[in-house]
Order: sequence, then C-alpha cells, then structure tokens
Amino acid sequence: MDFDLTTEQSRAKSEFRQWVEQCVVPVADANDNREQTPPELIAEIAANGYLGALVAKEYGGRGMDALTWGLLCEEVGRGSASLLSLLTVHGMVIQSLAKWGTLAQRERWLPKLATGATVGAFGLTEPNIGSDAKNIESTAVLQADGTYLLNAEKRWISFGASADLVLVIAKVGDKATAFLVERGMPGFSIEPIRGMLGFRSANIARLLMRDVIIPAQNIVGKVGFGFSHIAGTALDHGRYCVGWGCVGLAQAALDAALSYSGERYQFEVTLNKHQLIQEMLAEMIVNVKAARMLNYHAAFLKDRGDPSLIMETSMAKYFASRVASQAANAAVQIHGANGCSSDYPVQRYFRDAKIMEIIEGSNQMQQIIIAKSGYQQHLVNKRAARRSAAEGEGR
Amino acid sequence: MSTIEDAVRSFLGQFVSDPDVEGDHDLFSSGMVNSLFAMQLVLFVEKQYGITVANEDLDYENFKSVNAIVGFIQSKQ
Repeated sequence: MDFDLTTEQSRAKSEFRQWVEQCVVPVADANDNREQTPPELIAEIAANGYLGALVAKEYGGRGMDALTWGLLCEEVGRGSASLLSLLTVHGMVIQSLAKWGTLAQRERWLPKLATGATVGAFGLTEPNIGSDAKNIESTAVLQADGTYLLNAEKRWISFGASADLVLVIAKVGDKATAFLVERGMPGFSIEPIRGMLGFRSANIARLLMRDVIIPAQNIVGKVGFGFSHIAGTALDHGRYCVGWGCVGLAQAALDAALSYSGERYQFEVTLNKHQLIQEMLAEMIVNVKAARMLNYHAAFLKDRGDPSLIMETSMAKYFASRVASQAANAAVQIHGANGCSSDYPVQRYFRDAKIMEIIEGSNQMQQIIIAKSGYQQHLVNKRAARRSAAEGEGR
Repeated sequence: MSTIEDAVRSFLGQFVSDPDVEGDHDLFSSGMVNSLFAMQLVLFVEKQYGITVANEDLDYENFKSVNAIVGFIQSKQ
C-alpha cells in the first residue's frame, strides 16, 4: 500500500483545510447554538464543488477518487461534524444513483446534485426501527396505474429539513425497495427536529409521507433490492464518510487539547508537564494516527474496488468513532470546567462524537459483523492450513 | 470444475462455513450469507471479471446460488 499523496491530492488537502479554516470553523459553534446550518453555508459548500465531489465529471461533478474524498471528509469533520453529515447523506444519494440509477435518473439528478441545486438525504430510520432495518414499517403499494402509494415516517434524517430529494426505503409487500421522494410531492411533509444532543446543526428532520404517489420511474434499482443493494451502497458510503469525519473530529479534539494544555498553568507549570495529562495526550496522538491509517487502508481498497473494502470500512468507522469519542472526552477533561462551557468547542466535539458511535450502523452492529467476519477469516485460514498440510503429505 | 466456479466458491468461502454447497443451493433464502454479502458479491464480480453490475442486472436469479453467479458472469463476458 502506498499512502503517499499525489501532487493533486496534496493540493486538494490544502484547499480543503484552508476552506474549513476560513468558512467552517469560525461559524461551527454559532450554528451549533442556533441548531441550524444556514442555506448560505450549504450554497458555499456547493459553490466549491464539494457537494458534487463524487459525481462523475461527465455529469458536472469533480469526480474525486476515494482518498481525496476521504481527505475532504476528514477536514470537514474537523470543522463541524454536523456539516460533515451533509456530505454524508448527499453522497449517499449520489452513490446510489450513480451505481444503481437508470440512465434517465442519472441524467436528471446527478447534474443537479453536483451543483447543489438539489440537496439529497437518505431515509431509512423510523420511529420503531433503527438497527433492525430489514423490518421497516414504511409501505409502498403498487396501484393499477403503475404508480406506488407510499406511506412512511422517517425520523432523525440528517439534512432532511434541507433536502429536495430523499432516497426512502419502504416495503412493497415484503420486498424492501428504494424510492426517490421529491420535495413538493403532495402528502410529503418535513418537520425539523430540535434539541438533539449532537449534530445540532445537521438540519435533522422527521419526514412524513402520507399517500404520496410515486411514479415507477422513481424506483432506484429494482423492487426487492432496496436494502441489500441500494441501502447497502448508501450505507457503505456513509460509513466511509463517517470514519474519515471521525478522524477529523478526533484531530480537532487533540489539537484543542494540545493547545490548551500548553498554555494553561496549574501548580506553576503548564498542564502538559503533568504526567497524567501526558498520558491522555499520548493516547490521543497514537489513536488518531491509528484511526487515520485504517481509513487510508479503506480508501486504498475503495479505489481498487476490492470486495474487502466493506468490512475494512466498517472497522475503520468503528475504531475511528471510538477514538473520536475518547479523544473528545479527554479534551473536555483536560479543559476542566472551561471545556464544559460554550467558550470552547470541545463540548461540541464531545456531543458530536457520541452521535458518531450511533449513526450508519451503531458500534454494536459493527461489533457483531466484525466479530463474525473475524471468525470466518479464522475458518478460512484453518482450511488453507489443512489443505497445505495435506498437500505436503502428498508430496 | 470450471475456473469461474472455482473462483466463486473460493470467494464464497470467505463468508460461509461450507463453500462446497450444492451448485443450486439458495445462498440468500437459506440464511448462509448476511446483508453485506450482496454488495461484496457485486464488488467481487466487477473486480475479478472486469464487468459492471448495473440496474438491469438486479435480478435475484443472477445471484441466488453458485450456479446462478457463474451463469451471470459467463453471460456478461
């Protein structure tokens, strides 16, 4: 594996960092307090081409490779986890359409998603269904005229309050199916949700669809493939973004802790001279590096289209979200009472990091699939060793 | 055993305890594979054989068993 950035990737990373420093960091706490990402910031991120980062150039996007996209997610995650979630959910719609959309769907939507003229969101979670996504209660019934009658309630939808186009998973009979639901369709309403612990400026909403008539051409993929392939594609993308975003969040917490502990005096020396503080800093430094390496590995596999990218991305997201949570916790601890106040951003990192451990597959769900995958790999290794021994005896 | 079938079974062996199942055994309805397998299989087919699995290929009959997967790959080559 070659983790050296190309000249273009290095240039892109500097561009992202500069933009986040100038346009995201200065407003992140204010947006968090206001519980809203204003349309102007969405327009700005779109104007930079970041909403179209993953859209192919032929559709007007920037056509970024996986690593460059990861670097963008890291930088945005360093500035604002809420804003990162815009890249995440918007990208989930783009990736699903790019992979499974019809030519007509791609031609209609990808150029608009690339410019940000259309903002996308992903609707899977429901009031009664979180991790148990296969048992969603939303339904779509085929009508005599070939349209579908959609009844759904989707909750905790990041940027649902801003979305023009939502990729909604509902069941046709017992078959999970992905539908494109457009803002303005009769029966489709959006209710912003306030008072969240974290992701407070992620424009989170509850989406209600009551007898919404969906044309058949708004199905993405085919009936019955909504969960396995369309949501599968979207969620893999989501985990990839969140994994990188967690590295950024953890880096922000580390930077804040290094800065504060180097300036704050207690017992006549700066905090970073105290060994118990050094222990926390060392843990943060090493863990952030390790999390970043796991994400680099996932990027490497993603750019190669390697099937193992799905499990490796799961592991990267799992580890990085834990690191983000631990780093933000330590950063607040080092800041003491100051860290609990709105004078410092570490309290926001702390709250946002908790959300990272829940979204795009809770860490408990990641643990289940990682442990199962690990045991399966163990069996594969055992089979290979047995085969090798048998071949040795045969010689 | 064909080369494609060898490769499919070898790939399958990374995810199930018994990759030597009957060629027509339904991998999905029998619960042998989890929800992530569907996309892992798509990536495998695309990377290994340089083909693109797209919207029109989303047919359960293309992926449900070892024989189905082998047949699908052959049809795309």
